Amino acid sequence: MKYVLLCYLLTSLMLSGPAPAGEDEQYTQQRMELMRIIEQDVRETSVHLDRETLDPRVMKALAEVPRHQFVPDSQRRYAYQNRPLPIGHGQTISQPYIVAIMTDLLKLTPGDRVLEVGTGSGYQAAVLAELVREVYSIEIIEPLGKRARELLQRLDYDNIQTRIGDGYYGWEAHAPFDAIIVTAAADHIPPPLIAQLKPGGRMMIPVGSRFMTQQLVVVEKDSNNTVTTRLILPVRFVPLTGAH
Amino acid sequence: MRPPLLTIALLSATALGYEILLMRLFSIIQWHHFAYMIISLALLGYGASGTFLAFVQARLLNHYPLALLINLALFGLTAMPSFLVAQQIPFNPEEILWNWREAVRLMFVYLLLSLPFFFAANAIALTFSKFNKLITRVYAFDLFGAGVGSLGVILILYVIPPLGALSLVSALGMACIAVAAWELQLSKRLWIGAAVLLSMAIAVWSEPPSGLVLSPYKDLSQTLRVSGARVIAERFSPMATLQVVENDRVPLRYAPGMSLNAGSSPPAQLGLFSDGGSMGSITRDSGDPQAVDFLDQLTSALPYHLQHAQRVLVLGAGGGMDVLQALYQDSAEIHAVELNPQVIGLVSKDYAEFSGGLYSKPGVQLHTAEGRGFVSARDTHYDLIQIALQHSSGASSAGLYSLSESYLYTTEALQTYLGHLSSGGYLAISRWIKLPPRDTLKLFVTAIDALRVAGVEEPGKRLILIRGWQTSTLLVKNGEFTADEIRAMRDFSQQRAFDVAWYHGMSADEPNRFNIFREPYLYQAAQALLGPHRQSFMEQYKFNLQPATDDQPYFHNFFKWSTLKEILELRGQGGMPLLEAGYPVLVATLAQALLASSLLILLPLVFLKRRKQSSDSSGISQLRVVSYFFAIGLAFLFIEIAFIQKFMLFLHHPLFTASVVLASFLVFAGLGSNWSKRYSMQKSYGQGVKWAVAGILLTGTAYLLLLDTLFAWMVAWPTIARAAVSIVLIGPLAFFMGMPFPLALTSLRTAAGTLIPLAWAVNGCASVLSAVLATLLAIHFGFTLVVLLALLLYILAALEFPVRSVNSV
Repeated sequence: MKYVLLCYLLTSLMLSGPAPAGEDEQYTQQRMELMRIIEQDVRETSVHLDRETLDPRVMKALAEVPRHQFVPDSQRRYAYQNRPLPIGHGQTISQPYIVAIMTDLLKLTPGDRVLEVGTGSGYQAAVLAELVREVYSIEIIEPLGKRARELLQRLDYDNIQTRIGDGYYGWEAHAPFDAIIVTAAADHIPPPLIAQLKPGGRMMIPVGSRFMTQQLVVVEKDSNNTVTTRLILPVRFVPLTGAH
Repeated sequence: MRPPLLTIALLSATALGYEILLMRLFSIIQWHHFAYMIISLALLGYGASGTFLAFVQARLLNHYPLALLINLALFGLTAMPSFLVAQQIPFNPEEILWNWREAVRLMFVYLLLSLPFFFAANAIALTFSKFNKLITRVYAFDLFGAGVGSLGVILILYVIPPLGALSLVSALGMACIAVAAWELQLSKRLWIGAAVLLSMAIAVWSEPPSGLVLSPYKDLSQTLRVSGARVIAERFSPMATLQVVENDRVPLRYAPGMSLNAGSSPPAQLGLFSDGGSMGSITRDSGDPQAVDFLDQLTSALPYHLQHAQRVLVLGAGGGMDVLQALYQDSAEIHAVELNPQVIGLVSKDYAEFSGGLYSKPGVQLHTAEGRGFVSARDTHYDLIQIALQHSSGASSAGLYSLSESYLYTTEALQTYLGHLSSGGYLAISRWIKLPPRDTLKLFVTAIDALRVAGVEEPGKRLILIRGWQTSTLLVKNGEFTADEIRAMRDFSQQRAFDVAWYHGMSADEPNRFNIFREPYLYQAAQALLGPHRQSFMEQYKFNLQPATDDQPYFHNFFKWSTLKEILELRGQGGMPLLEAGYPVLVATLAQALLASSLLILLPLVFLKRRKQSSDSSGISQLRVVSYFFAIGLAFLFIEIAFIQKFMLFLHHPLFTASVVLASFLVFAGLGSNWSKRYSMQKSYGQGVKWAVAGILLTGTAYLLLLDTLFAWMVAWPTIARAAVSIVLIGPLAFFMGMPFPLALTSLRTAAGTLIPLAWAVNGCASVLSAVLATLLAIHFGFTLVVLLALLLYILAALEFPVRSVNSV
């Protein structure tokens, strides 16, 4: 009986302990496969994106960030499928392909300071942190914000600062920003966010349902502070079948 | 033993009430078209009952009183838990295409919700078989009960919230047991009555273990997740459940498509939600115009900058944003039309102070009415008719069987609005921007058609279309736009970083400056749609841009089969939002219902065939039974649904129309069934059916030809008079329609009753298929064709009447 109990304890310890090396390797393989899928999707959508491939730095960042750490345990086995996943609290972690092109469209440089409105799982912030000097991220739903903060700290993302609060007013203390990403679709762009965008900066807003991004809006502020938007369909789809 | 007629009437009333209630509840916790799919599939419980009884009916009939009581008890006992468990199943429609677990969850929901219908149907079908000489009478009570139930549940929903109404319906379900015990003169009826009373009391007074569990992806769920958000008011009615949400910590802000150049944000607002979906906001008005100057930064402010609008009509006033906008622009006379009186109550009473007494300000006149009906019933002309941006949920919340019909945006509707514009007045309609464009373009084509019908040769000169990054506004003028107006429109757009998408004479370098599409889609489309290549453009466009008409009122259907393959291939890239869900969900509903129905009908057929080999039966052709009952099952609901739609334009109010038409159909059909007993007593079933079909053909055809003229003549009559006329018109048609089912069912009793369950299964399945098919057919061919098809089906039924085989035996 004692022997059985010992075996049971040992097994439970093994199961609840750190993931065996093989598991990490498996995730890395899956991540590489995902990179291949994203590259292919980008090639097919090049007509809308004005590019054949994404910035290699963006691809490298995506290849580095362990997406499986950012999803709930129940979703972990789908972590490297190219689709959005529910993360609780009625929120989702975006489709990796959409994260890739949104990040790419921001045209980031290593010295940039980026604001993210809507931390969610923290995945997008982690991807940004691989590419720029400073990331500031605000989450409005308290439990999500706390969870993301702990996770990002655990993964040693020292260049990300998070805050729980209303993203409408941006983060005045660290403004202006080279880029802003608003992950929760809005019916209008908050004027304070436009004000906190540097001349020459870019803001990205995905528009759609909670689950699927329908279109991307890139807000650009030129050196004269003139603001324009670009509406991008992130899939290979043209409304007309041919000449008319 | 006498048939338990009151029991059947009460059961039928309760079951129909339960069905309508489920639709209401699922529209709140899920989305309308999924609610529709779920309830449709659950109703197959009726069909399943026929299949079940084909196997076990003989045994159950030997113990009829007990079998009846058990089924009644099971109906009452499952009604509430079925829903409570089903709503806990976390079904997310958006995941279903890649996660098979969602499909399994959905299946569980269907099964759970079909249980109460299954038991109710068993009770009714067993009674048909037991009292097979009196079917016309039993069916009369069945229909009459259903008619009363359809009205009753609507009335109940005015005083009791939906979940409380569910308790009441469960209690009524149990009351059926006591009524049955009393009607059947059971020896233990007193004990049964006492037990029933007790369980009814428990059902009504016990609190359900949870409230309504809304999908976490609904607007209301999302808003309430933000810290500080709380519901400060809640209203319920059969039209919708409304919530007002306040957040002191993280203010709610709603300014759809506000200009990028706007310097200020909207003031404090209260969120207004209808069935868990956002329907705009109530804006605080402190009297300082500067505090609400965001209203001048929306695309919908355009008409006010071209000309001063003295008399404005706002259709779909809701929380009052467009009314406030008109006040901000100094309009002197503003007519605010809103369908839901509780929305008006919230703004004008409960939050009157917050909204600065918006709806009682000088010049503002409030009307509780359906928008289009309001316009057509009056002879007033307006300088501006503004159709508010929010999605009108009226028709869909009436939604017994509707899938986003909208009579607000049909070609005829736009003609009506144009006919009520003063000389030089504008019709302004704002929509959300979608990429690739869909509704903005469909609206543009609809306006072109409406102008052409009115005899305008160059509609392009009367149209202006502008867009921001989120919204577009289309202006249709009663007259041609002048150079001054065009200049003012360009200035307005330039200052707010909006793009001009169409005005007559614009240059090709103008349309894509501030909000840049890959191509100037709207401008290119507008040019094509106004030019000679309109037809080929529309054919080649990947979404359906065909204008909606009163006969095909599906403005929101943009789906094209030819595009489906392409969209499915783009699934991996996140292409699914290109799929407009409503139509595919309808097709999916039909496919599932067809599959399930085939099984439910084929099973008893195989069973009966085997049995026939062992013991001879009456010689009635089973195929005829199936085709007859299938034809009348389809036809009955085809006509009912088509007439709900036809009368919508006459009675205007969607919920009111659905209630009046549905109840009239059921009650008069019940009277018809009762009257048809003179044929069943003489055993001249076939003759009775022929007379009934002749009556249906005559009245049906007459209505198809005359209704429109009749409605146009009486459109300005008072509501009560129009409702009375509707009942009188529906009466004769429904009366005849109540006869073919009970007459044929009675004729089958000679077959030792084994065919009655088969007929019941076929009828149950056909009813479900019919509702879905009617909508699909109406989308493609219009409601007139649905009625014509129904008439043909009745002819087919008269020819296929199964009793002929009996005569030949």
